[in-house]
Amino acid sequence: MITFKIKRYNPEKQAESYFEEFQLDGTDDLTLLDCLNQIKWTLDGSLTYRMSCRSAICGSCAVKANGHAILACQKQASHLVKDNDTITLEPLGNMKPIKDLAVDFKPFWDKVDKVSPYLQPDRKPSEKETKQSPEQFKLIDDASTCIMCGACYSDCNVLEVDDNFLGPAALAKAQRFVQDSRDGKTLARVKELSKSGGIWDCTHCGECVERCPKPAEPFDRIKEIMTVALEQGVTSNNGARHALSFTKSVKSSGSLNENIIPVESVGFFNFKGLFDLLPVGLRMFFKGKNPPILHKSIDDVEDVKRIYMELNE
Amino acid sequence: MIKHDVVIVGSGLAGMRAALEVCEGLDVAILSKVYPTRSHSGAAQGGIAASLGNSESDSWEEHLYDTVKGGDFLCDQDAVEEYVKAAPRVIYELEHFGCVFSRTSDGKIAQRSFGGHSKPRACFSADRTGHAILHALHEQLLKRSKSIKIYSEWFMHSLILDGDSCNGIVVSDVRSGAVEVMQAKAVIFATGGYGRVFNITSNAFASTADGVMAAFNAGLPLEDAEFVQYHPSGLYRQGILFSEAARGEGGYLLNGKGERFMEKYAPSRMELAPRDIVARAEQSEIDAGLGVGGKDIIHLDLRHLGQARIMERLPQIRQLGIDFIGVDCVSDPLPIQPTAHYSMGGIPTDKFGQVIKDAEGTPVKGFFAAGECSCVSVHGANRLGTNSLLDAVVFGERAGRAALEYAKNISHAPINESHEKTKVLELFENVFQREGEESYNDIRNEMKVIMTENCGVFRDENRLQMCIDTIKKLKERYKRGRITDKGKLFNTEIYEVLELGNMLGMAEIIAVGAINRKESRGGHSRTDYPKRDDENFLKHSLIYNTDNGIEIKYKPVIITKHQPAERTY
Repeated sequence: MITFKIKRYNPEKQAESYFEEFQLDGTDDLTLLDCLNQIKWTLDGSLTYRMSCRSAICGSCAVKANGHAILACQKQASHLVKDNDTITLEPLGNMKPIKDLAVDFKPFWDKVDKVSPYLQPDRKPSEKETKQSPEQFKLIDDASTCIMCGACYSDCNVLEVDDNFLGPAALAKAQRFVQDSRDGKTLARVKELSKSGGIWDCTHCGECVERCPKPAEPFDRIKEIMTVALEQGVTSNNGARHALSFTKSVKSSGSLNENIIPVESVGFFNFKGLFDLLPVGLRMFFKGKNPPILHKSIDDVEDVKRIYMELNE
Repeated sequence: MIKHDVVIVGSGLAGMRAALEVCEGLDVAILSKVYPTRSHSGAAQGGIAASLGNSESDSWEEHLYDTVKGGDFLCDQDAVEEYVKAAPRVIYELEHFGCVFSRTSDGKIAQRSFGGHSKPRACFSADRTGHAILHALHEQLLKRSKSIKIYSEWFMHSLILDGDSCNGIVVSDVRSGAVEVMQAKAVIFATGGYGRVFNITSNAFASTADGVMAAFNAGLPLEDAEFVQYHPSGLYRQGILFSEAARGEGGYLLNGKGERFMEKYAPSRMELAPRDIVARAEQSEIDAGLGVGGKDIIHLDLRHLGQARIMERLPQIRQLGIDFIGVDCVSDPLPIQPTAHYSMGGIPTDKFGQVIKDAEGTPVKGFFAAGECSCVSVHGANRLGTNSLLDAVVFGERAGRAALEYAKNISHAPINESHEKTKVLELFENVFQREGEESYNDIRNEMKVIMTENCGVFRDENRLQMCIDTIKKLKERYKRGRITDKGKLFNTEIYEVLELGNMLGMAEIIAVGAINRKESRGGHSRTDYPKRDDENFLKHSLIYNTDNGIEIKYKPVIITKHQPAERTY
C-alpha cells in the first residue's frame, strides 16, 4: 500500500493550502499518473491536475514528487516511494498554483515567447528542402525533444530568486534556433540572449538537467549558446567577460585571481560597475576575507597549461 | 459574447495549420481544451508520407495506389489524388517553417519504409515526427500572435447552426467555468479522434469525441464511423504506442513460439503489411492460443537492429519501454497487442474541408473540418501509417483556405446568445444537481471494456448487438451519476463527465455502424461476413441522429483510376 500525501489547494473554498493523505493498494504496475487517476476516480473527484497523453510526450502532467519535478506518467509509483511507503506530491515550483497540482503556466510561456522561438532564415527558401547535414541536425536534435513540461522551470534555482531569468526551457528552445543551420539570425539571437535574464544568469547548478524527462537537458543547451556567443564575439557583457576572465586566470596561474576577475567581469572602463563593486570589496577587506593582493600561480601550473593546449586541439 | 472572424476548435496539426492559413486575411481564434503543444498530434511517432523520392525513386501515382489499396478501395480517389500530389509541397513548407527532420547523408529529408507503402516514403524526425511538426507549427503560431488568439484550456460544447449555416460555437473556460458564446463567420473543427471509447488505446485522455458529437448533436451525419484502426503495436495492457517505425526499421513480430507469424498472413510484405492486416494477424495468433505465455501478448523484437541503430532512429521507443515496463528493447523483445488508434470516419467533408450534410454534398455554410475528426475520405476503410499527419497538414491548410475565402466577404450572422448559452448552462447545472448512485468511473470502464472486447479487431452480429444494448443501458445509468466537485474553478471532474457523455454517444454510433456493415473491409472485420462485399457495401455510410433514433444513409465512393481488386500483400 502506498500513501499519497498531496498538497491540496482550492481558493474557492479556503485560502491556505493543506496536505491530504490518500491510500492505494495494488499499485505494483501503476505509474504515478495511474495512481492520481485512481484517487480522482474512486476516492475524491475534486483532485485536480493536468494530464493527457500518458506516454511522456505531451508534457501536461509534471508535478513535484518528494520535492522534485517529474512527469507523473513516466514514473512507476513504486519507484518513488520514500519512508513509510509515502509519496509527497506538490504542484510545480516557480509558478503560482491555481488549484491542487495545477499551476499557472503563463510566465513560462511568456518567457518562451521572448526568445523569438521560430526560425528566421536570411534568404528565401529553395523550392525543395533546405539542406542540412546529419551533423547539423545533431546540433538541434536534443533541444527539439523538449516537451515544455515545465519540470526544469519548476526546480530552477535561479528562478527561485530572480523572476527576470528566462529559465532553462526558454533557453533550450533558443539554442534550437541559435544552432540551426537554416537560421539567419544567430548573432542577433546570441546578443539578445546575453542580456540580463539570459544565458549568463544561469548559475550552472545543473538541476534542470537532473529534472528534464527528455534528452533536452537545458543546461547543456545553455552552455552551447554561451560557446556560440563567445565565438561570435559577443563579449561586452558581464557574463561573457566573467567567463573569459575566469578562463584566463586559471590558464595563466592554475587558480582564480579573485582581485582581477570581478574587475574584468564588469569591465575596466565601466566606472559605474566598478564603483558598485567597492562596498563589497571594502566589507570583505574589513572582515579579513579579501584575497591576497599578489596572486600566485599554483606549483603545477604547467600541467594546467598543457590541459588547455590539449583542449584547444 | 466573444467575436472572431474565424474560430478553430482544436490545436493539433490540422487546427494550427488551418490557423496559419486564415490569419493571412482575417482575425482568428484557436481553441484547445489543453494547451496547443499538448495536442495528441504530438504523440505521432513514425513519420509523414510524401513521395519525395529522397532514398528511392517514387511518385504520387504510387502513393495514390498504395493509399487506395491500403484503404480497401473505400477511399474517394479524387480527394486522394489531390492529397498525395500536395504532399511534397507541404513537407517542404514544414521544413521551411523550421521543422526538425532527420537527414540523409547528402542533407535531404530522410525517408523510411512503412506498412502498406511500396516505397520508403515516411519523412521523419527520429521517432517523434508528430512532436517535431506540432512544435514547428506552434512556433509559427507564436510568430503570428498578433493575428491569432489562442484560447488554451477552453472546452467546446456545441455548434450553433441556423438552417444550413454555422454562426459560432458555445464554449467554456476550464479554469473559471465561465460559459461563453463565440460568434464567428466560419468555424473549423480540428478536434481529433475518439480512441478513448476503447479500453486498450494509444490515444490521449483528451481524445473523447467532443467535436464529432457536437456535429452529430447539431443534426449533421458522421461518415464511416465503423472504421476504427487498431494499431498492431500498443504496449501490452496500456495500449500506448510503439511506432510502426520499429517495423519500418526492420523489427520482427514473434508469437509465443518465437515464429515470425506474418509469413502466414502477408508473405510479401511481412511485418510491413497495412495495419489492419497485421492487427488481425496478431489477434488471430492470440485467439489461437499462440500469444506469448498464452496471454494476449505478441513480441516486437528489435534486438537484431543493434543498439546504435535503435539509439539513432528509435530512441523514444526505447525509453518508453524502459520507463513503462522496465524492458530495454536493445536486449529484450517488447510485449505488445493491438490498440485502438485512429478513426477513419468522422464529420463528412468535401476535398476542400467544407463540411457536407448529405450524399449530395450539400454544404453546411461556414462550417469546415480537418484532420482525424473529419472524413474526406482519403483513408477509406484503413489508413496507412504516416498518412494521418499528412492528412492533418494538407486538409488543415485546405480547410483554412476555404474558411478564409468564405468568411472574408461576409459579416457575422445574428445569434440568439442567451438561448445558446442557457442550453449549456443548463447542462452544467443538470450534472451538478445529479445525486444518483451510479459511479461515472464504473460507467466509463464498462463502456471501454465492452467496446474493446466486442467492437474490436474482430466483430460479429451477436457481440455488436450486445455492445449496443449495453451502451444504451450505460447511457441511462449516466443520467444517475454524481460528482463530488461542485465548484467552478478548474473543475476537471465535470469536464470528464461531459466527455464521458460524448464517448457514450460515439460508442453507440461506432457499434451501430459496425452492425450495419455486413461485410469485412479494411479495419472493419466481421467473422460472420468474412468477405468484402463490393456489390452491397462499396459505399460510405452516413449516420444521422433523428427523432426516431439513429438512422443510416449511404454515399457513393468516388472511383477514378483504380477499380476495386483483390487485396493481398
